[in-house]
Amino acid sequence: MSGAEKIVVTVTDIVPLNDLVTRFEFKPTDGGLLPTFSGGAHTVVEMQDGDITRLNPYSLMSDPMDQTAYTISVRRDDEGRGGSLFMHRNVKVGDKMTISYPVNLFSLDLRAKKHLFLAGGIGITPFLAQIKQLERLGGNWELHYACRSESLGSYVDELTSHHPNETHVYYDDHDQKIDLMNLLDGQPLGTHVYVCGPKGMIDWVRQTAEAEGWPREAVHYEEFLAPQPGKPFEVKLAVSNKVIQVGENESLLEAIEREGVDAPYLCRGGACGQCETRVIDYTGNFIHRDHWLEDDEHASGEKIMPCVSRFEGKTLVLDR
Amino acid sequence: MNIQFNDETFRDDYSFYNSDRAIKRFPFPFHEDSYMYSVNMEQHRGGPVDSVYEKRFDVDEHYVAEMKDRAMVLADDPLRCQSLPHMTLAGWDLLELIMVSKSEDYPDLFELHRDGNNWRWVNKPLGIDDSFTFLDETTLPYGPMEYITRQAQGDFCVLDQRDDNLWMDAGMVTTQADWSLDFDIGMNFFEWHAPVPLAHEKGIFVRALKFLLNIQQGAPARRLNWTMTVNPLLDTSPENYHKWGIQKTTLTPENIGAKQHLRVELQTFFRLPRSNALVFPIRCYLCSFQDLMTAPKWGRRLHRVIRDLPEELATYKGFIDNRPMMLDYLSQFDDGLPTSPGIWPDLETEPALQK
Repeated sequence: MSGAEKIVVTVTDIVPLNDLVTRFEFKPTDGGLLPTFSGGAHTVVEMQDGDITRLNPYSLMSDPMDQTAYTISVRRDDEGRGGSLFMHRNVKVGDKMTISYPVNLFSLDLRAKKHLFLAGGIGITPFLAQIKQLERLGGNWELHYACRSESLGSYVDELTSHHPNETHVYYDDHDQKIDLMNLLDGQPLGTHVYVCGPKGMIDWVRQTAEAEGWPREAVHYEEFLAPQPGKPFEVKLAVSNKVIQVGENESLLEAIEREGVDAPYLCRGGACGQCETRVIDYTGNFIHRDHWLEDDEHASGEKIMPCVSRFEGKTLVLDR
Repeated sequence: MNIQFNDETFRDDYSFYNSDRAIKRFPFPFHEDSYMYSVNMEQHRGGPVDSVYEKRFDVDEHYVAEMKDRAMVLADDPLRCQSLPHMTLAGWDLLELIMVSKSEDYPDLFELHRDGNNWRWVNKPLGIDDSFTFLDETTLPYGPMEYITRQAQGDFCVLDQRDDNLWMDAGMVTTQADWSLDFDIGMNFFEWHAPVPLAHEKGIFVRALKFLLNIQQGAPARRLNWTMTVNPLLDTSPENYHKWGIQKTTLTPENIGAKQHLRVELQTFFRLPRSNALVFPIRCYLCSFQDLMTAPKWGRRLHRVIRDLPEELATYKGFIDNRPMMLDYLSQFDDGLPTSPGIWPDLETEPALQK
């Protein structure tokens, strides 16, 4: 079986926060305790959407030491393939769902003298758990949180009331912007910076930090990519000897799973590297979208990450 | 299950012994008649009843004596236990993992009572009954890792995970096969494995690291490793090489069956939840050649493995000089019959020695 261990949970609370974001609370259906986790961890939520099984990763935002419930916040993506829409429209309090054990690809570096958090929009969620963890351990942190508008500023009130000195909020519609150069310049030695948000923000922070001479190991980032729709294509799976069709609204990984072929995965968002698959033969072009493979590996035509990447062309043969 | 704890030593008079039960459950590491490195990992979720795989942390007849030996090693050399400052949370994770596992797996021997962060830990074999506050170091006599690993057999490496690598940032290492925590502390996975021959060229460590980085909560893994030790010494450290290295020259054809021990490490790997660190317990089991020969299958197989082992490995494992004498001894127990696959002794089905 692929993926992390599973937990059966019941949806115990659903709270719409604003036009786009809704919070879900899960408790174990068997009445036991959930595993503790580390701030920055995510869970993969299984959604049974008719004939389709959707598996989407969401950052855990509850207190990592609270074993009674997990909470996640889901931003509705009207252009996406339907996972977030399913969560918003179909999931009701009392529903049973299956989620994965926590997996952390965005862990705190506990050597840091100070943790500098930079969040964009829904990218706030992993920091909510990390902040709770650091508050328990007496860690030193500071948050800079950019949102589109006051009405879309999820958890701003909670953060500014509990942590007025550590929290700095920036609203796009007020033309407020994180003064990144100055912020990075003024940090004490031993500070680690963490960024979670849209791709543009992550690239901006990484590039600025690099240009300012920050060590690579002190800059941490997480961006889950949702698989994007695309043109249908055909794939030959050499090991299982199957020819399968990948539909417009499913990922290559989902199509492989639909055909009953067990393929490894963990994050399903192009970050963890677990689903890396060898390409045996191809005629056409890859649409690589992951963060895992290096540029030269993308160019080589030898590997693909089927959770987020696609293909356009005549022939694709995979070692699966 | 009733465990009678042996009154025995791993030094000086070497009164260590294995009962018949301990011999039968010895983790013989060779699943076929030859050996080469591999990433021989499997899930660590139980195993045959009374095997060393059955529980998360195996407790056996050597428990009390091993903990006494550990205390002596630490008294002589406190640097066998080290934890860099950022690893304290991982130490609490490990304390919780061991206390929960042992109290659930051996309820007759260990009890854990929890009321929020107020914990009471009862360890009957060692006569310990301590109450403390979880996550508050001032309420324990040692740091959390040291406290619990003074009560758990085997060495423990607590590895920080960052930059797509693992870092030897904490550990309790007193029963090691000739490596030093004090030397390796702070090193990454490739640095501390640098001395191992052949495996780098085979890409073993790149694959092993990838596997280990992906070990997740709730899904521990395990493998066996092995070497050879003359006399039942737990502490074969570089720090004490001047004491035990010379003992390798005391082997004679008359005493080799009793003195030469196969040393097997049951290595397990658990993701630690609060710290996202990885703990790597290395549990050492010793068995004399003469005790191993009571299983005809093991006698046949051990002879073939040692005979055909590449010279580099026999050198690295430190028995190249004694290999001819080992083979003279072991060949008496190899009648050339085929052996059944797998590590288990298969005492009921394997034929007795035919010579």
